[in-house]
Amino acid sequence: MSEGKGVWVFSENADLMLEMLGKGREIADKLGSKLAAVVVGSNVADRANELLKYGADKVYLVDNAVFGRFQAEAYLGVLYNLVVNYKPETVLIGSTKNGKPLAARLATRLEVGCVPDCSRLGVDEKGRLVGERITYGGNAVAKLTFKTKPQIVTVPSRAFEKPQPKDGSGQVIKLDAKAEQAKTEVVETKPLETSNVRIEEAEVIVSCGRGLEKKEDRALLDELAGVLCGQVGCSRPLAEDRKWFSEWVGLSGHKVKPKLYIACGISGVIQHVAGIRDAKVVVAINKDEQAPIFEVADYGVVGNLYEILPALKEALKKQLQ
Amino acid sequence: MDIIVCVKHVPETAEAELKIDSTGKNIEKTGLVYDINEWDDYALEEAVRIKEKQGGTVTAITIGAEDSDATLRKCLARGADKAIRLTDPKFVDSDGYAIAKILHSVIKILHYDLILTGMQAGDDGNAAVGPILAQMLNIPHATMVKKLELATGTAKVNRELEGGLEEQLEVKTPALFSVQTGINEPRYVSIMGIRKAMQKEIKVMTLADTGLTENDVGTAGSWTRIEKLYVPPVEKQAEFLKGTPDEIAAKVTEILKSRGLI
Repeated sequence: MSEGKGVWVFSENADLMLEMLGKGREIADKLGSKLAAVVVGSNVADRANELLKYGADKVYLVDNAVFGRFQAEAYLGVLYNLVVNYKPETVLIGSTKNGKPLAARLATRLEVGCVPDCSRLGVDEKGRLVGERITYGGNAVAKLTFKTKPQIVTVPSRAFEKPQPKDGSGQVIKLDAKAEQAKTEVVETKPLETSNVRIEEAEVIVSCGRGLEKKEDRALLDELAGVLCGQVGCSRPLAEDRKWFSEWVGLSGHKVKPKLYIACGISGVIQHVAGIRDAKVVVAINKDEQAPIFEVADYGVVGNLYEILPALKEALKKQLQ
Repeated sequence: MDIIVCVKHVPETAEAELKIDSTGKNIEKTGLVYDINEWDDYALEEAVRIKEKQGGTVTAITIGAEDSDATLRKCLARGADKAIRLTDPKFVDSDGYAIAKILHSVIKILHYDLILTGMQAGDDGNAAVGPILAQMLNIPHATMVKKLELATGTAKVNRELEGGLEEQLEVKTPALFSVQTGINEPRYVSIMGIRKAMQKEIKVMTLADTGLTENDVGTAGSWTRIEKLYVPPVEKQAEFLKGTPDEIAAKVTEILKSRGLI
């Protein structure tokens, strides 16, 4: 398939698709090739047209009721057939919980390589795609290239900027596809019982780590979050080891983008820090002045959260009255 | 129910001070502490629980040097019946695809109803081998599994999605599941248990036993290539606020106000 041309993007997540189109445009321009988006779903023609405004030269549209919800084998079959027919050189797939395994299976079926979670993408002087990904628990970055084509990468949310919409002159190409016989059925999709709030959308997050001594002490955070109309989060050990929370903020948990993130008693290992990269202002409170959280925080307080939080709550309350 | 669990002996790197080795493509491994990959620990536990309920066997497989036996011994002590270590100098530096090929070469001749892997490895964090292996075996799979119930010929699994959603899938078996932490609570293994497991055999297989060639494995058999590995530079440093708790609280409040955050 080495004669292929073109950069493709696919994600079942609409926002991520736009972010990838921005980056995809840049790569396509460097390579002097076309940018195409693949849209699979049911009643998604509007979405396909919309993508032309975000830089796509072409949109391959597979619009059929059988693709109404993400189904791993069906989507894999569609993408596989499209890639075999049109032979793109590069394929960017959104690194969602469905997209990531989809990319790995697609690459394997095509007998090519796949680099997951590229937070940086570029083209080298030989015209090869270069992907950079965070590895070793966030402590190192690996730069990878491919021996095979198409070069398939997955792209995490918010790694790249969504482009500004413009008038597009591209075209939507409608295609027919059948769903392959599935060995996997979605029985149901429902909200997690534990998550009545969506921390990803929170504008203010007060988050705690191992510095919190007892589960009941969470009240300190609840109260401060209450004053700031924010939500409470935690780092992974509090959810995974101590089971005080059901979800956590971090690379393996929720990636958040609040205007204000207050990290209380969080040491700031990269696992956690990777989840708060998009926070606008980070205030960290920690007893240990060497804690790595201070390398990413805008404001640092070396002190005891049990003394600082109540004082801060009172000061803010007074200010906001 | 015969279950295969793929495990990896990994260095703890999240809190370690990492150094890049002289090749510039790998980490300096001396001084790092190795253990069973955290996610694999949950996969193994899940397999043993199923076996205890329904009978059958649990086979733990790993690819690695002799020191990986520590991880396999842990699996045996936890209740795995068999352990296989795939070892060959040619396997070194295999990417996810080459690793899956090596596993596939052995697994395809074993009987299994279920294959469990950890959701990802704590070192490279690729989360790729599970889906690739499933594709090579042409069996269905699901990732991020946090609940698993078995019936005849099918499995019901719950997996996490974005946006606070969870989905339940019904999957025909044999199938491969990548397990998320928290699916169970891995049991504590006593020193006695580990000592007992020392007597169990670990089957060692090399490249010659897999039916693959040198070109199928290692860097030669990989489809992706690490060009460079680097430790990202330390970012900025916080502006430290000092004083009594009340003074600090006042400063923070002032900053939040001036930045339009409150």
